[in-house]
Amino acid sequence: MKHARVVFQDVIHHAIETNDGHLKLDNGQIVSEEEVVWLPPVQPRTVFALGLNYANHAKELAFEAPTEPLVFLKGPNTFIGHRGLTYRPAEATNMHYECELAVVIGRSGTNIKREDAYDYVAGYTVANDYAIRDYLENYYRPNLKVKNRDTCTPIGPWLVDAKDIEDPMNLTLRTYVNGKVTQEGTTKDMIFSIPHLIEYLSSFMTLNKNDIILTGTPEGLVDTKEGDEVITEIEGVGRLVNTVISEKHFLRIESDNAIFSQ
Amino acid sequence: MSKAIIKYSETLHTEEVEVDPQSNTIILDDRNLTVEQSSLEAPISGTVYGTLLNYSGELKALGSSLTKEPYKQPPKAPVLYIKPVNTITGFNSSIPLPEDTSHLQIGASLGIVIGKNATRITEEKALDHVLGYTIVNDVSIPHENFYRPAIKQKARDNFCPVGPWIIERDAISDPNKLAITVFVNDELKQKNTTTNLIRPVSKLISEISGFMTLYEGDVLLVGVPENPPLVKEGDRVRIEIDGIGYLENTVK
Repeated sequence: MKHARVVFQDVIHHAIETNDGHLKLDNGQIVSEEEVVWLPPVQPRTVFALGLNYANHAKELAFEAPTEPLVFLKGPNTFIGHRGLTYRPAEATNMHYECELAVVIGRSGTNIKREDAYDYVAGYTVANDYAIRDYLENYYRPNLKVKNRDTCTPIGPWLVDAKDIEDPMNLTLRTYVNGKVTQEGTTKDMIFSIPHLIEYLSSFMTLNKNDIILTGTPEGLVDTKEGDEVITEIEGVGRLVNTVISEKHFLRIESDNAIFSQ
Repeated sequence: MSKAIIKYSETLHTEEVEVDPQSNTIILDDRNLTVEQSSLEAPISGTVYGTLLNYSGELKALGSSLTKEPYKQPPKAPVLYIKPVNTITGFNSSIPLPEDTSHLQIGASLGIVIGKNATRITEEKALDHVLGYTIVNDVSIPHENFYRPAIKQKARDNFCPVGPWIIERDAISDPNKLAITVFVNDELKQKNTTTNLIRPVSKLISEISGFMTLYEGDVLLVGVPENPPLVKEGDRVRIEIDGIGYLENTVK
């Protein structure tokens, strides 16, 4: 089953997908995809993200593939839902998307063995882990100014139950910018697999329900500009639509450099 | 006497009380209770963000290494990290010593508790968004290299004691003039002051809020001074901050 969190007529609802692509709200109403505001399908707790977890992407960024997972954390401020708007900072010269399979943890666990790891997975969704590379610095890299900006991590549309995804390590990922495929890969090429990541993280900390692991992105990153429609899609999991807008447009201001609220 | 927000462990909500930061005592109508006599949890609920390299002494100690590999140049923006929810614990709880290390590093920090959402806030208005201040022990497994996020060193369960309470903002006349001292088994191990912050409280909030929203309930650590003490199994750690009180925990 596919689950969503949406706003319809000013109320937050849980919803499921009907056979013909509509949403059935928790009060029984049937509505269309365009009638609702999409929220992230789960309210994230601790969110882990993987850097350089696809060998071809590591090469693309001129890095050796890591020998231990490269993990960073994300705060709740950065998440937005399906059909959301992500703003590109006025000064940015390189802002790229990253299509990633997101693994949602279903129950808490510590020292989880690789062979038991899938028992702890509630389901999967799609994330677009935007990076503004202009702000990269070599301290706790990738730093939060690159990876934890407001609006920069669209996630959704659906949380797909784990049992509905036969093999999460064999899914095609694709990104389309304005309808054209710019990134294509398969989860088969992850350096550290989902069970490996769950074993690794839970070996030194407790994983909890609604923690999310963003498992990294394959090669094929291009700069995105204001006005671009960016769709990140994972086979069987979903098709996450996002639009890049200018900072000025986002803030509804005239000035190019008024970054502070008055 | 100051107003403070506490969270008793048997309740689901926080409450406002009068406290004496000097003696770490809760002032009730009929009696006074030391924090040791009360069962307190971490008084916070939001995301905890830490700041690395925000004390001038820390940068000085790193010296020319900041311009060499892998860093290449000194930091420009605040260097931030997250202490996730599994790390948060309260006054008097024990800090577990993991099997893969013999020592832990104590990170004595002033915690700024956000009172209302802060996005793109100027320095002048930053304190309007502050609810109050607390004491945070940002525990780490000692590590020398800051190139990659130190999740494995900083995100272990119970590696972030917070408390004993949140002292309301107006009880602290200047958060950039607070002495911080660390005692291990009652022996003085570290003494510094927030006067030495590279980015003082308002500047830090302003710069961070320029790219990420700090929500009501979030906690921002201003940084950990240079030469943080190392502790081992059985050590009792006490962090004192002027006007706030002290936070005490034992390594087990």
